[in-house]
Amino acid sequence: MKTRVAIFVLLIVALLVTACQPGAAGGGTIKIAILAPLSGPVPTFGVSTRDGALLAIEEANAKGGVLGKKIEAIVADSQCTPDPAVNAMNKVIEQDKVHYVVGEVCSKASIPISEIAEKNKVVMISPTSTNPTVTLNADGSTKKYVFRACFIDPFQGTVMAKFALSKGYKTAFILFDQGNDYVRGLAEFFEKAFTENGGQIVGKETYTAQDTDFSAILTKVAESKAEVLFVPDYYNIVNLVGAQAKEKGVTAVMMGGDGWDSADLDKNAANGGFFSNHYSPEDTRPIVQQWVANYQKKYNSVPDALATLGYDATNLLIAAIEKAGVDDPTKVAEAMEKLEYEAVSGKVTFDAQHNPIKSAVVLAVKDGKVSFAASVAP
Amino acid sequence: MNSSKAVPSTPSFLDFLVRRKILGLLLLILILLLVLWKLGSELVTNPTLFLQQVINGLQLGFVYALIALGYTMVYGIVRLINFAHGDVFMVGAFMSYYAIARVQLHTWPAKVFPNLSPGLSIGIGSITVILLSMAICALVAITIERVAYKPLRNAPRISALITAIGVSFFLEYFGALNFVFSPNFITYKRPFDVTTWMVSAQGVQALQKGQAIPEKTVIFSNISIIIVVVSILLLVVLQYIVGKTKIGKAMRAVAYDKQTARLMGINVDSVISVTFAIGAALAGAAGMLYAIAFPQVFFWMGIIPGLKAFVAAVLGGIGSIPGALVGALIMGQAEVLSAAYISTPMRDAIAFTILIIVLLVRPTGIFGEAQREKA
Amino acid sequence: MFKKIDRSSLLFLGGALAFFIVVQALISLNVLTAFWNTILRIGGVMAIVSIGLNLIYGFNGQFSLGQWGFYAIGAYSAADITYRWTNNASTDGLIVLLLIVLLVGTSILLLYRLLSRIRGLDALSAFTVYLLAAIGLSVASVQLGRVIAPPVNGLLQALPPDVATTIVFILAVLIGGLLAAEVSFLFGLPVLTLGSDYFGIATLGFTIIVKVLLDNSDTLLGFTEMKGARGMIGIPKVTSWFWVMFFLVLVLVITRNLIHSSTGRAIISVREDEIAAKAMGIDVGYFKTLTFVLGSLFAGLAGGLYAHVNGFLHPDTFNFIKSFDPMIIVVFGGLGSITGTVFASFAWALVLEGFLRLLLPSGFETWRFVVYPLLLLIMMLLKPNGLFGNFEMPYLRQILPPLRKKTSQPQSEGITVKEANV
Repeated sequence: MKTRVAIFVLLIVALLVTACQPGAAGGGTIKIAILAPLSGPVPTFGVSTRDGALLAIEEANAKGGVLGKKIEAIVADSQCTPDPAVNAMNKVIEQDKVHYVVGEVCSKASIPISEIAEKNKVVMISPTSTNPTVTLNADGSTKKYVFRACFIDPFQGTVMAKFALSKGYKTAFILFDQGNDYVRGLAEFFEKAFTENGGQIVGKETYTAQDTDFSAILTKVAESKAEVLFVPDYYNIVNLVGAQAKEKGVTAVMMGGDGWDSADLDKNAANGGFFSNHYSPEDTRPIVQQWVANYQKKYNSVPDALATLGYDATNLLIAAIEKAGVDDPTKVAEAMEKLEYEAVSGKVTFDAQHNPIKSAVVLAVKDGKVSFAASVAP
Repeated sequence: MNSSKAVPSTPSFLDFLVRRKILGLLLLILILLLVLWKLGSELVTNPTLFLQQVINGLQLGFVYALIALGYTMVYGIVRLINFAHGDVFMVGAFMSYYAIARVQLHTWPAKVFPNLSPGLSIGIGSITVILLSMAICALVAITIERVAYKPLRNAPRISALITAIGVSFFLEYFGALNFVFSPNFITYKRPFDVTTWMVSAQGVQALQKGQAIPEKTVIFSNISIIIVVVSILLLVVLQYIVGKTKIGKAMRAVAYDKQTARLMGINVDSVISVTFAIGAALAGAAGMLYAIAFPQVFFWMGIIPGLKAFVAAVLGGIGSIPGALVGALIMGQAEVLSAAYISTPMRDAIAFTILIIVLLVRPTGIFGEAQREKA
Repeated sequence: MFKKIDRSSLLFLGGALAFFIVVQALISLNVLTAFWNTILRIGGVMAIVSIGLNLIYGFNGQFSLGQWGFYAIGAYSAADITYRWTNNASTDGLIVLLLIVLLVGTSILLLYRLLSRIRGLDALSAFTVYLLAAIGLSVASVQLGRVIAPPVNGLLQALPPDVATTIVFILAVLIGGLLAAEVSFLFGLPVLTLGSDYFGIATLGFTIIVKVLLDNSDTLLGFTEMKGARGMIGIPKVTSWFWVMFFLVLVLVITRNLIHSSTGRAIISVREDEIAAKAMGIDVGYFKTLTFVLGSLFAGLAGGLYAHVNGFLHPDTFNFIKSFDPMIIVVFGGLGSITGTVFASFAWALVLEGFLRLLLPSGFETWRFVVYPLLLLIMMLLKPNGLFGNFEMPYLRQILPPLRKKTSQPQSEGITVKEANV
């Protein structure tokens, strides 16, 4: 009985203490919250995004901050799942009183929190959520306060389809994760563009994110004699698919999207493949070189696509605050709409639905190296 | 009442339906026929492809068998669904990764005895790595048992299940911290290269890199062979330990009746520790072989294979060692064949439907002993 | 006419009312912000799911991992009804599901009467009969619903929009619960014949099958508004603290009255010893099915409430790994203790989502799920029988003896009270 009472009292006290904590009002600093999945099955994506965003904030602070104030970063774990993401968002808005949010990584977490951002008039920029509904209301109108820094699905899918056709490939096999809308979206638009422009999809198979054994579907790929194997997933799946494809005698050229961009991409497994990306590591623009060098210096690894987009999203947000000239989310959202910014992933402007307009490059994986293959304008 | 007049005619028909369990059987037979018809038509249209898929299923089945063996043994002796088994498996995979990629442990025979033939030296090196990860996993499991399960030996069984889930979460997320393992997906470095052989009417040939497979050829790799050999080896060893040795006898005694076993002078605590250690050692071996087959390690990798292996163990009759192998083989075929011929999105759903149907026909699994539980 | 209301009931209802008013006041005064509000509502929803599981597992002794699947069914069906109402101003979802629930429900009750007269009918055959009836009636309901829906549309649209939405919402939650209950009946009929752990795995399989279907709800099932793995948006956010408390108290009252009735005693006797219960003339199969269906009904209700908390549903929420959450809560609170379950649900939500978020220092965000299992482990080691053991608040207190402790009977491997395991 004693323990029960003790625990009960402890909980109530903890509730009162934490609930009544006065949220520190933004005095000398501007707060930016970073919502990323730091637990759950894909913390590696969250850690990359967070590191990229934190580096952007650190660099801005080194230059004297924004509007003469230092930027304070607040990191919250949103688990890539709707409920924890909602809690994390409510926490940073109400307890920490932030006006600007970078996040979330996954669309399924970004959609519910974008509604909270809209309701509380908090500017949110998602670095990597590709689902169109993140920036759109249920009735199709654009959410005023919500932006994204990544391509939406139609763009990359179409780019890769056209690239495959320009290389002379006529048949393609698509593998996609049924539970991941990023992968599904790319697959859908690849199929559409590929067939519309004279190609032929000889097969389509799905898997789930937890699958490790792809033997059954890869045997089908080998049997279909497709020239292109389109796997628009993250590098972890590509590594497994690539390694097993070689063992199953699949000769098709593998292709994919920006999810491939990582130092952990197994260059042997993906050898001979192509993927679309935001920038090429050979890009000579100083901002790219500087970004790669700084990231490497700080975290001792090569930045992946998620880190790059986290960095870009944060920089876009800071630039918008700078342009608005005042710490007011509504003004910042308006400034963001008209923003023109030279980011790592190219020159960015936003369209009417708050999606960035920027160009893409196609990279080739060959002999253990990733190199530039083609450039594609939006 | 009125209905009493009609009674004489109905019971005989109803009796017929009921006695023979006609309706239920009809449903099952219908499902079975549908599946057989589908598979049969595929077999006729493209026999080589079908055979290839069956081989794929066999490989996957033996991979599950490796994990299921440890699961089923621990369950058979201590009656605990050890959810942490999958995570011990993950620890085993990581240990072998570090041993190979960081320490290059698998090359020691080549360094010490440079005159050995390369095949033999890699073989001995790989066996060293596998033994190392088995030993570490056994240690981890003994620690877990002492800390999390032993204090609960007299508590309701479910309490231990919850601590098992707790341990499982802890191993995953503690492993995901940067200074422990890593939150990243890490490409596993295989200690040896994969060779794929093609079997056709012309004989056996090695598949060259980038070569397409000719018509009417089935392929298999050296990894499949290693996995099959190791699983069968471990099965035999396990059967021997449980069936023929003194500690095995003690285990069976403990499984049957703990109190009486204690009265007979058996040290129940140490027997249970040994059981966990053996189970974990099997998980360690499975972890390394799994990582060789699917070359990627990361902190979450144990959950799904652990679950599938557990289901396989249940399918075969949990507690039965040959049952684990048979159950795993069925699971492997069910997954691969349903992915190949029925519907890839429904792959897991089909595997579980099969499980449920098998359980309805054989309530304690294929090799399960008749109810040792409360009916 | 009026029965005297005993003191414990008054205390309970008064206490619940007071708790509701205090929290509601704090919410209105904005002391408890949306952050705490959401966590408390989730806590309440989890309490309803977990009470259902406690009935199945704690009181009836069936090791079920299928609770999460029924929760998903309740959530998606309720969400579909309100989605169609708010976005298309159409009641076809409501009417069709209502018809399905009513017709299938009636047919199950009728068939049960008929079939229970047949002695020795095996579960699988009975299942086949029910399945055929359910499929036939569902098809009929869809056709019938198309005819009935338009006039009902007009009727509801004549009401003020808020009232109409609330009516649709309440009906949606109830229908979600009933649908989950009916599915659980169909599924439970054959599966409940399995032994404890085998039953657990079969129900886990059910959860996984439901998740796979939801992942493909737009392609395989044909519900385009559910958007499969893209997540369902556009659900009205109408679950307030009031509705959570309302349904929680309702579920508590039902549970209490059930447990205190002769039915409840029969349910508990099945847990204690099935063979003895059978010998006493208790229809074990009937009571197992009854508890399973009732527990799933609660899960479905909770699902309907959950769907309207954040207004967003994604199949990943119904992942099997999360299906252990209610199990953790039930064991943590104490098996067979409803008080413990309610307390543990709120504590679980507050600690995991609330305190661990606020109290972990910055830079240690990744440690949340390292601390959580550690807390769980420590609590289980300190209190192996759960926080509340067999304790009940006066209103819910059992007249029957608590869980029996068996120490050495190798033949009895039932699930609740074990010989020294592990």
